[in-house]
Amino acid sequence: MILKSKDLLGLKDMAAEEIEHILETAKTMKYILTTNNKKTPHLQGKSIVTLFYENSTRTRLSFELASKYMSSSSANVSASSSSVSKGETLIDTAKTIDMMGTDVIILRHPMSGAPHLIAKNVEASVINAGDGMNEHPTQALLDMFTIYEKRGSLKGLKAAIIGDILHSRVARSNIWGMTKLGAEVSVAGPSTLMPVGIEKTGVKVFSTIQEALIDADIVMGLRIQLERQKRGLFPTAREYSKFFGLDSKRLKFAKKDALVLHPGPVNRGLELSTHVVDGDQSCINEQVTNGVAVRMAVLYLLTRRNSSENIN
Amino acid sequence: MKTLIKGGFIIDPKSGKNGLFDIIIDKGKIVEVGNDLEFTTGDIVDVTGKYIIPGLVDAHCHLREPGFEYKEDIETGTQSAAVGGFTSIACMPNTNPVIDNESVVKNIINRAKQDGFVNVYPIGAITKGQAGEELSEIGELKFAGAVAVSDDGKPVKKASIMKKALQYASMFDITVISHCEDLDIAEDGYMNEGYQSTVMGLKGIPSAAEEVMVARDLILAEYTNAPIHIAHVSTELSVDLIRNAKKRGVKVTCETCPHYFVLTEDACEGFNTLAKVNPPLRTAKDVNAIIEGLRDGTIDIIATDHAPHHIDEKNVEFAAAANGMVGFETALPLAITYLYKAGVLTLEQIVEKMCINPSKILGLNKGSLEVGKAADITIIDVDEDVIVDTAKFKSKSKNSPFNGYKLKGAIYYTIVNGKFIVREKVLL
Repeated sequence: MILKSKDLLGLKDMAAEEIEHILETAKTMKYILTTNNKKTPHLQGKSIVTLFYENSTRTRLSFELASKYMSSSSANVSASSSSVSKGETLIDTAKTIDMMGTDVIILRHPMSGAPHLIAKNVEASVINAGDGMNEHPTQALLDMFTIYEKRGSLKGLKAAIIGDILHSRVARSNIWGMTKLGAEVSVAGPSTLMPVGIEKTGVKVFSTIQEALIDADIVMGLRIQLERQKRGLFPTAREYSKFFGLDSKRLKFAKKDALVLHPGPVNRGLELSTHVVDGDQSCINEQVTNGVAVRMAVLYLLTRRNSSENIN
Repeated sequence: MKTLIKGGFIIDPKSGKNGLFDIIIDKGKIVEVGNDLEFTTGDIVDVTGKYIIPGLVDAHCHLREPGFEYKEDIETGTQSAAVGGFTSIACMPNTNPVIDNESVVKNIINRAKQDGFVNVYPIGAITKGQAGEELSEIGELKFAGAVAVSDDGKPVKKASIMKKALQYASMFDITVISHCEDLDIAEDGYMNEGYQSTVMGLKGIPSAAEEVMVARDLILAEYTNAPIHIAHVSTELSVDLIRNAKKRGVKVTCETCPHYFVLTEDACEGFNTLAKVNPPLRTAKDVNAIIEGLRDGTIDIIATDHAPHHIDEKNVEFAAAANGMVGFETALPLAITYLYKAGVLTLEQIVEKMCINPSKILGLNKGSLEVGKAADITIIDVDEDVIVDTAKFKSKSKNSPFNGYKLKGAIYYTIVNGKFIVREKVLL
C-alpha cells in the first residue's frame, strides 16, 4: 500500500486504512528497535531535515534517531540558528532546504497550518511534527500504536482525553485518528479550555473527569501549560488538579485494565499524580519507544512512495 | 460634446423613474432624461437591454495611499473601483501618515484629481494617529473635505473617547463610523470562534467581540443623540441590536459587505488566508441574519471594505496573514447574484444600498440620475454570466476569495462626471 499524499500533515484527512498501514509497519520497526543491531538500510541515500520553530526534546530526538537507525543523512535546523532571525519567510526557508536535495522536511511550528503551507511549495515530503493547536499526527500515531499493541485494535474501545483540549494538537490528532479506527472518544476539561463545537467532531464532552472516565479503556492526560493560568483560563494549578487531576482514586472509574497515556513531559501532581505516572497501568515510557518505531514507519512509507521496495 | 445614452432601462428610486428612458449628458451633467430623445450630432451610445443605475457609491474602502503603495494606490484603486461600477468612493484613514489632519485630506483629494478615475472622498480619523487617545481636529477635517470620521481597522477602545467623538462630530454634522471590536474579547484570534477554528486549531474571535462593541456604541449614540454608522456588520446579534436601536429612534445606520452575505467560516478551510478578514467570516446562521437585515432595511448599505494586500502578506501562515480582501470588482455581481437573483432584494433596493444610502450618510450629492446632477452613471447587464478572474483585476492586489466564482452581472459602462471611464466593459 502506498500512502496517498506525499506529506503527513494530519490525521484529519487520512484514511483509516492508511493509519492502520502505518501502525502495521511500525510493528516491524519496533522489532528492529529491540534487536542488538539497530541499523537498517531503508533510508540509505535519503536526506531528512528537521526544521523546528519551537523547543522540543523528545519529538526531535525521536525523529532524529528514527532517521539515523534507518541510515539516512539527517540534519537539524533550529529557528534560532537559521535565517528566520534575518526575516526570511517560512516558504523561502523551506524552499532552500528543499533545493539541497532533501527528501523529507519535518516541521514543528507554533502556527497552525504552517506545514500545509510549505507542503504546497516544496517537492520534499513534509511531516508535521506539531503545528500550533492544529495537529501532531505522529504523536497520535504512537499513542494509537501503543493501544494497538496492547489491545490489537481500537474498535469499540472507549478513550477519555482529559485536560486542555482547546490548545492541544495532540488531542485533535487523537480525536481524528481514534474515531477513524472505531474508538469512542470522550473529552473532559475546564469549560474555558474546551473548544467551541468540539462535539461536532464526534466526541462526547463532559464537564467532570469522573463522567468521562466511566468504563474507559484508555485514559489520556494532556500537559497543562502553566502560562494558561496567567491568562485566566483556570484559577490555580491547585484547583485544576482538584477537579481534573488524574489520581489513583479517580482512575478507578475507568476499566480495571485501562491504559494510561500522556504525551509528556508530565507535570507530576498536576494533570497526573506520581502514582499514576509510575503505576502499572501507565504506558508513558513505552510511548516514548513507540514514538521512534512509528516515526521510522512514517519515514519509510513516505520515502518509498517513489520506489517499489516493501518490507511487509 | 453631448452624449446620448439610448435604449436602457433606468432604475432611479430617488426620482422615481423605473423604465425605458434615454439620457443626455453635457458638460459632465445629466441634462435630459426622457423618452425617444434624438440627436443629430454627438456621441450616441446604444444600451438596449441593459440597466442604467446611478453610479455606485462605496462608503468603505482602503486605497492604501499614502504609505502602502505596494498594496494599492489612488490610480489603481480608482481603476479597480471604476471597472466594478463605482463612481464615488470613501477611503479609510489607516494610511501612513494617518488621515488625521487637513493636509493629508487635501493631499488625497489633490492626488485623486490628478490620478483618480472616480470621485474620491477621504474619511478622517476619529483620534489622532488612530491611537484612540485624543480627538483629531474633526472640524478642520470636515472643512478640508473629509466626509466622515472613523478609526477603521482599530476600534476606539475607550468608551469615554467614543462618547466625546459622537458629541463633537455631531456638532459639525459629520458621521462617526465605528469599527466595532472589543479587543479584550477578540484577544489574538484569527478567525471566527466556532467549529472551523476548533477543527483547524486556530485561535478564535468570538462573535461577542463585535456585539459587545456594537451594543456599547449604540448606547453611546442614544445617550448623546448623535448619528453613528456601524461598519462591516457580520453577526446575527449585531443585526438584532441595531434593529432594536433603530426602533428606539437611535440615529444609527450600518453597513455589511458582500463577503458577509455570501461566505461562512468554511471558506477558511485548508488555512485559506484569502478568507482571513476582520471581522471574520461567520456562520450560516449569521449569513442568514445579515440577509434578513438587508431585506428588512436594518442594514442600510452594502460597502466593499476593499482591502488590498500584497501577495507576500497572504502567502504566509494563517496567523501571520493580513486581514482583508479586495472588493470593488466583485461587489455588484455578488449583490446581483446572491441578493437580486436570489429574490432577497429588488434592483431598486440594491441601488438604495449601494448608491442612495451611502451618498446620504456621507453627505454626498450622489446616488441619483436627476437632471442637473453630475453624470455619474453605471450601466449593467444583470443576466450576463461573469467568471471572477483575479488575475485580471485592475487592483494592484489580487486577494479575493472569489476567484473562479461564476456570477451574474456585467458592468458595461462606468461614467464619472460625464466622462466614460469604462466603455463596453473596457477601462479607457
